[in-house]
Amino acid sequence: MSVVTDTTAGPLDIERLRDEFPIFRQEIGGHPLVYLDNAATSQKPAAVIEAIDRYYRETNSNIHRGVHTLAERATAQYENARAKIAGFINAAESREIVFTRGTTESINLVAQAYLRPRLEPGDEILVSEMEHHSNIVPWQLVAEQTGATIRVIPFDEDGVLQLDEFERLLGSRTRLLAISHVSNSLGTVNPVADMIATAHAHGVPVLVDGAQSVPHFAVDVQALDADFCCFSGHKMFGPTGIGVLHAKADILEAMPPYQGGGEMITKVSFAGSEFQVIPNRFEAGTPNIAGAIGLGAAVDYIEGIGIDRMAAQEADVLAYAHQRAHEIEGLRIIGTAPEKAGVLSFVIDGVHPNDLGMLIDQEGVAIRTGHHCAMPAMEHFGLVGTARASFAFYNTRADVDRLIEGIANVRAMLA
Amino acid sequence: MSIERVITAFEMMPSWQDRYRLIIDMGRKLPELPEERYADDNLLDGCMSNVWMTAERDDSSDPPIMRFEADSDSQIVKGLIAIVFEVFNNRPPEEVVTTDIESVFQQLELEQHISSGRRNGLSSMVRRVRELAQAELAA
Repeated sequence: MSVVTDTTAGPLDIERLRDEFPIFRQEIGGHPLVYLDNAATSQKPAAVIEAIDRYYRETNSNIHRGVHTLAERATAQYENARAKIAGFINAAESREIVFTRGTTESINLVAQAYLRPRLEPGDEILVSEMEHHSNIVPWQLVAEQTGATIRVIPFDEDGVLQLDEFERLLGSRTRLLAISHVSNSLGTVNPVADMIATAHAHGVPVLVDGAQSVPHFAVDVQALDADFCCFSGHKMFGPTGIGVLHAKADILEAMPPYQGGGEMITKVSFAGSEFQVIPNRFEAGTPNIAGAIGLGAAVDYIEGIGIDRMAAQEADVLAYAHQRAHEIEGLRIIGTAPEKAGVLSFVIDGVHPNDLGMLIDQEGVAIRTGHHCAMPAMEHFGLVGTARASFAFYNTRADVDRLIEGIANVRAMLA
Repeated sequence: MSIERVITAFEMMPSWQDRYRLIIDMGRKLPELPEERYADDNLLDGCMSNVWMTAERDDSSDPPIMRFEADSDSQIVKGLIAIVFEVFNNRPPEEVVTTDIESVFQQLELEQHISSGRRNGLSSMVRRVRELAQAELAA
């Protein structure tokens, strides 16, 4: 049994917790599954799967407009999920939580509904070199539409943002800073609280891409003071197709709708339409009701264990993975920032990452290989891609041992 | 190794680990490309790893035949190139454009065992081989 001791609670019984994830009951290629692709998506506990199943069996109905019993119940469960998520990230109010399809849609929403009307030719949007494509391309699109330009905060050889460069790049034309909390390809935890304070001192609003942070450690949006925070349900044990945009209420209030349709209006005539209050204004059409309820169940699941305890377990496994990775000759860790979360990215001399990924899969070890949708970050290191093991609380040191053993076998095969 | 022998060898191997080993070994036997062939013009689109491929028609042979050369930074892909070349290399261009390599892939069960990204790479490799042969036919 793998256990981890936390100062705030007893040890986590990982073996028992893993039993709550039906997917781990199978074998891949005759081996028990070692799942190390959590930065791409996490696995789902039975509690989440059952919440979705129960919704469709017992509650399914459209929300907000119906007066019948099921519609009332579905609405209550959907709004209850919103309240749970607000509590989880310590949002000031539930109405600051907008349900989206995921982080990508949340960022696009901000790009088009918030930023686009504010951009003039020559204005600047500040991002970092380690961003996921979903925190680059929506800004490129809005820049093309308005004549604005993208400025890029570089990082050093360890994958640490160069904060002096960041301060230099913050200028009178900067209209937004869009920054990941944790890099999906390097694992770097960026000092977003300090960066937000600096940006605000210059009057620049900030969007935090929390896709890789919210699932892994406690994020308090009020303490961070970000104007926007985006994350995805499926990376935090919830279903795919549901995500969150958190924004301060006064900012959302001032934003026009993103998409038009039902749910987001109070009155429609051909003379014009009146839009709903927030957050409904941004949730056009029938939303992903089951997804939102599933995400609410995922939040319950995390809170039942305690995110601090999950974070402690992950930190232990990540540190162990770093330590063992050094045993592999010719292995170079990509991303060696002092503050890291959840990700071990690496390359091995003479071994193409995709070959490693395919061959280690034969041993039941699932890792990610390639550019991780962060091609600029890869380019910084002169690489087309890396192999990436990414962790969740249900991973153990034994999983790391299987990874290291698998790498050694593959190296022998390719040598 | 002829393609028939590759198919037989595959059938005799119980595990995919062993089959991968054979694929990798076949790739190792591919001749190295001259330095100047590693040009962007010779790079294939649609591959997760780099594949450089060139072709020449050898008119000294009767009938003239296609001589393909290729390399990849991935050892598995290099092995897949070797399999593709086993079918296509040193054949008249007419044969290259009409040969049904997909049935060979099926016999090798490659479709089920390589990732979808690699499948796309394999198709673009085959497409390029046929294009190069087609170009020689048109010339």
